[in-house]
Amino acid sequence: MKYLANVTTLQFFSEKCTGCGRCVEVCPHGVFEMRDKRAAVTDRDRCMECGACALNCEFNAITVNTGVGCAAAIINSLIYGGAPSCDCSGTGNSCCG
Amino acid sequence: MQTMQTFKLVKKEIPAWTAGTIDTPAGTVFRVSSDWSRADYWGMIKSRSSAFRMNYSVPPGVYAVGDPTKDSDVFVTANYKLSFDIVRRALKGMAAWVLVLDTKSINVWCAAGKGTFGTDELMNRITLSRLSEVVSHRRIILPQLGAVGVNAGNVLKETGFRVSFGPVEAGDIPAYVDAGYKKTKEMSLIRFSMLDRMVLTPMEINPVMKKYPWFAGGVLLLFGLAPTGILFKQAWQSGMPFLALGLAAVFAGAFVTPVLLPFIPFRSFAIKGWITGLLATFLTLQAMGGVPGQSVFLLAAAYLLFPALSSYIALQFTGATTYTGMSGVNKELKSGIPIYIISTAISLVLVILFKIREWGLL
Repeated sequence: MKYLANVTTLQFFSEKCTGCGRCVEVCPHGVFEMRDKRAAVTDRDRCMECGACALNCEFNAITVNTGVGCAAAIINSLIYGGAPSCDCSGTGNSCCG
Repeated sequence: MQTMQTFKLVKKEIPAWTAGTIDTPAGTVFRVSSDWSRADYWGMIKSRSSAFRMNYSVPPGVYAVGDPTKDSDVFVTANYKLSFDIVRRALKGMAAWVLVLDTKSINVWCAAGKGTFGTDELMNRITLSRLSEVVSHRRIILPQLGAVGVNAGNVLKETGFRVSFGPVEAGDIPAYVDAGYKKTKEMSLIRFSMLDRMVLTPMEINPVMKKYPWFAGGVLLLFGLAPTGILFKQAWQSGMPFLALGLAAVFAGAFVTPVLLPFIPFRSFAIKGWITGLLATFLTLQAMGGVPGQSVFLLAAAYLLFPALSSYIALQFTGATTYTGMSGVNKELKSGIPIYIISTAISLVLVILFKIREWGLL
């Protein structure tokens, strides 16, 4: 299953990559693979912007805008202001199922 | 008995999932059973379907599975009881330590997204539980999805523990260990099977159905309204198709769309939900024999409102999937919200026009 095409904010700076393989280890959608001892992006559209790769890249070779991909959270932030947060307490929305 | 965890419930009542205790240089810890009791299964069902999950937790700290030694592996998990149960079951027959983080009874992935299954909590828990005295090595194995919240480099620098991100599913832990702590590609991919999607639907349906009485009240009020007051019989008779359409839209958006997700055309959740909603509206109208008086106004209102409602509800499911991201959801909402508002407004106007006609004012 793939979500919308060409929306991810994932950016990979190959020249900074040292080939440690952390991004391959953490990505739950197989967006990265090792090619010639460096990481390479396979299919950007599979990226869900969870941010695991960017957080764990010690060489700052990856950037991505992470955030809550939850409609209820984004709507709440539009209505009440503030950053979208998938705070399950109280409202009982579907996040964190 | 002095152990690392204290159970707040009733002091004498030690949970059934424990199986005695084990002494470590850092103190006595509970040994856990790898078997699920009836209470564990019941807890899973309740936590899958209601707010029960908010407080479904185990005390954080170190636990033992089997007879672990100073050299045994350490697996880290969340203190959501269901996450913990899945891990202890996966470790059946092994000798290992389980380090439970305080994630406020939230599962690993969501907690990692919030930061409670995070670098700080992990480092804090390593220190508090004196893990460096429990084991002599310096390796810890985290669930892969915990990587969203845990910076492995910082953990190594601050605590000396080297983080390995294991498989996504705890069930793959034995195979991962047997393979020399290597993941196959399959083990690192998150799946989203029909069963996975199905178990999430109660938490899609329940919150919407809590609002349904308001919708029903509004419909009955509108249809029952007459120049002489509110006619209850008329409210029921005329309102019934719309009440049924409301339920059908909820069913289409909160159940059919999630379950049949990959089989419904288009990638957009809003469009998927609109399509299932349109079908549900059509089928319901067929079953109900149309709208009161076969009014064109009401028919148009139904086709405007209910597919849009199903679409809106389907869009909420983005919060529970394993593959949708924020940028995509933002894009969907940007075009979706105006359409929802306009559809609702026009259908309301159409219903009012129907009423005005019914009263003979037009």
